[in-house]
Amino acid sequence: MSLSADSLKRIDREIAKYPADQKQSAVMGALIIAQDENGWLSSDTLAEVARYLGMPPVAVYEVATFYNMYNLEPTGRFKLTICTCLPCGLQGALAAADHIKARLGIDFNQTTADGCFTLKEGECMGACAMAPVVLVNNKRMCDRLSNEAIDTLLTELKAKA
Amino acid sequence: MGRLQWPVRLREAYVSQNLKVEIDGQTVEVPAGSMVMEAASRLGLYVPHFCYHRKLSIAANCRMCLVDVEKAPKPLPACATPVTDGMKVHTRSDKARQAQNGVMEFLLINHPLDCPICDQGGECQLQDLAVGYGGSSSRYDEAKRVVERKDVGPLVATEEMSRCIQCTRCVRFGQEIAGVMELGMIGRGEHSEIVAFVGQTVDSELSGNMIDICPVGALTSKPFRYSARTWELSRRQSIAAHDALGSNVIVQVKQNRVMRVLPLENEAINECWLSDRDRFSYQGLNHPDRLTRPMVRSGDGWVETDWESALARAADGLRQVIQAHGGAGLAALASPQATLEELHLLQALTRALGSESIDFRARQTDFRADAHRQGIPWLGTDVASLSTLDRALVVGSFLRKDQPLLAQRLRQMAKRGEINLLQVIDEDPLMRVANRMTVAPAQLADALAQVVRAVAEKLDQPIPPEADRAVPGAQARAIAQSLCGGESRAILLGSVVHGIATRTELVVLAQRLAGLLGSPFGHLGEGANGVGGYIAGAIPGPGGRNASTMFSQPAAGYVLFGLEPALDCANPGQAMAALHSAQFVLSLSCYAPRPGDRADVLLPIAPATETPGSFVNTEGRLQTFNAVVHPLAEARPGWKVLRVLATLLGFEHLAFDAIEAVRTALPAAQSIAARLGNTIEGGSYPAPSGQSDTNGAAGTVQRIADVPIYATDPIVRRASALQQTCDAIAPRLRACESTLQKLGLTAGASARVRQGEGSTVLAVELDATVPADCVRVSAAHPDSATLGAPFDVVQVEAA
Ligand code: SF4
Ligand code: FES
Ligand code: FES
Repeated sequence: MSLSADSLKRIDREIAKYPADQKQSAVMGALIIAQDENGWLSSDTLAEVARYLGMPPVAVYEVATFYNMYNLEPTGRFKLTICTCLPCGLQGALAAADHIKARLGIDFNQTTADGCFTLKEGECMGACAMAPVVLVNNKRMCDRLSNEAIDTLLTELKAKA
Repeated sequence: MGRLQWPVRLREAYVSQNLKVEIDGQTVEVPAGSMVMEAASRLGLYVPHFCYHRKLSIAANCRMCLVDVEKAPKPLPACATPVTDGMKVHTRSDKARQAQNGVMEFLLINHPLDCPICDQGGECQLQDLAVGYGGSSSRYDEAKRVVERKDVGPLVATEEMSRCIQCTRCVRFGQEIAGVMELGMIGRGEHSEIVAFVGQTVDSELSGNMIDICPVGALTSKPFRYSARTWELSRRQSIAAHDALGSNVIVQVKQNRVMRVLPLENEAINECWLSDRDRFSYQGLNHPDRLTRPMVRSGDGWVETDWESALARAADGLRQVIQAHGGAGLAALASPQATLEELHLLQALTRALGSESIDFRARQTDFRADAHRQGIPWLGTDVASLSTLDRALVVGSFLRKDQPLLAQRLRQMAKRGEINLLQVIDEDPLMRVANRMTVAPAQLADALAQVVRAVAEKLDQPIPPEADRAVPGAQARAIAQSLCGGESRAILLGSVVHGIATRTELVVLAQRLAGLLGSPFGHLGEGANGVGGYIAGAIPGPGGRNASTMFSQPAAGYVLFGLEPALDCANPGQAMAALHSAQFVLSLSCYAPRPGDRADVLLPIAPATETPGSFVNTEGRLQTFNAVVHPLAEARPGWKVLRVLATLLGFEHLAFDAIEAVRTALPAAQSIAARLGNTIEGGSYPAPSGQSDTNGAAGTVQRIADVPIYATDPIVRRASALQQTCDAIAPRLRACESTLQKLGLTAGASARVRQGEGSTVLAVELDATVPADCVRVSAAHPDSATLGAPFDVVQVEAA
């Protein structure tokens, strides 16, 4: 599996933000781009990013394992990360999580059989006032999720899959 | 992980200032930018620490070194707190002790405390410091974290990674000293782990040092594991016998057996490091191949016998050669690993027998300089100065593999200065390289001539005649540009220069270049006693044959000392043919003969660990050592065997009764320096031209024969763990795409290589680091032992 020309072009843009001899500064951006393309970061992808940035592969591995938002295992088409920290927990996040689990028939860290959804537990997203909150694929924030809002979200995503 | 580099920057900012600091009531003055830790060690005060290592950058992540600084609200890490003027520090106040005890308690929370079954037990910094700073029992009853075991190769054991305290010394060592980050710390917080990248091993030739610097038992020595407890070992000082550096070592011995080898700190030579070759080669010492009794030839094989009859037969054989052919019929060749005393006795005995044919430079092929050299070839400067050069040019060296620790020094130098490479294989030296020029061996002299000419033109100096046919290309000019900058420079010649047929031209060109630049030039060095062999006089005298001519014009009788001719000679095919046609061959060897070897009498001698001796390293430093163990079985120190042989042959003046007596016959250490010198005067060496001489017959290419790092001498070749590393893979035929195409070869298939009378079939490998029209076929391996000289032409065809 190798990165597409389009991804490499986007990585080049990241690289251009830093001095020429400090390409490795672009590693986080490059990993995000690689993950966007493949859905997750296999060790082959990590090695490819390392080669592209002229870094030791283990240094890229360090970065990829440090941050939770990098997926080091295959995930479903949509990764739903629900905040279960205390403030959210006090405002119904756990019940919301239960609702999602029941609707999808999976527990945390599991993927639905059709490969459509993966459910993850997350830490505070700085949106405590709008609990419960779910982050879709690290990018789209959905807040004030009542059960109905969750149902709508799931139907919408399912239709896109 | 924060890797703080600011001490250096701070030092630059306030370099002129000296600051006064008071630590535990004592005052010391330190340069601005120093850390409290450095100031404390100046006073001889010990601040407990784990992650701090004076040769590595500061990480400040273990927090063990917390000290109490007056006016600072919280305890501060001594290793990362810069000294300020008038600072008052207490390393043992209640506040400091409390902080240190607290850190220790945290460190022990997740530590398995399995000291009774830990290899590090007894030499563990965590264990030692826990005695002083740990509680007598733990307040923590919860489950400890468990870290999965890893496998990173045959040398470094990573079986018990739960013991790791995340100090990252091993990671920083890779990045900063070995030049390659092979270990990293993945995960975060409690889930941090030290790993190699998925599926990769630790392949650095300096990897064993990670075992030394790991403050706990997380990284241990795989070959040594569970074979002894540290307190059962006696420690004896010695000198490593595998490269020209002469690293100082501690050999640890149990029941007359070498169990382990560790570095002995010597800032002028190996600093606190040791190469894996010097560290793990001890495994070859007790290999089942060791020759434990004398042997004599009988029919197609050899039979064991006692010393008396073997010596008598040896003396007889030598006498018969002399009777039939005169002294000139005899030739002696020693290993450059032999001690000064052995080499001295061997040459004295050879000369007493009437022969001037003695040599120890088994891998050299060009001896034209012998008639014109003004001194003993050496490094040309001292080892320590390599770390502080501003500019260097390294010509024809497999730097990392040939000289792991000299390469390490140049790696440090390359962080500030500029290193330029003129090489035959475009390998990554794992350091910053300013300019590199990769050419086929036959073009090496021309490439150097280009640099000489470019420098002369740049400095407006007359062009030396040896360089007047050269046409400097862009790379040569870039190298010249670099070399003309900076203050201190050196030109260093490597193993390719040592073994190539144009050695003399290259040395003369280097001499011209050094003359233009006003810099030293020299040889990185071959073998533990590459300088010592000259000092001992183990080189041919008038009319004598050298290491090459003694085989090209076969002698009637040979004495081999510490050599396996099929693997240790520059032209093994020729050497073996000459030995097989000889009337008599006496071999003094640590190991039993290999199939196909020729020897009429084999006398078991002791390796450097079992005999007293001396080596003179590449900077001309004489280092003397004692035996660390008794000789194995019936093996005897080489100098004693030679002495007895001399007596049997009637040379009473060589019957030294003690090693000290041999030493008095040798030049004193102080007089060595005066005899060193790389200059060549007289002789004429036509200027090389850029034309290649191989574009003749189809299928003819140049061979590039490196001596792989773990194939350099008989001991290393039998060190089992080193032989499992990826550096010990059997030789393949390696060439770049265009060469493979030209030769009609496909990667993965096999090819027949012919050189001289010999030929061999090897697997073909695509290797973009090999220059066009060349094939890399390593030497010093049975698979290539039928071939000829290392950088000659070979014929290749698909097989
Ligand atoms: S393995 Fe040893 S050297 Fe490496 S981080 Fe852990 S404790 Fe430190
Ligand atoms: S606790 Fe959930 S967003 Fe802050
Ligand atoms: S030694 Fe200072 S923090 Fe580790």
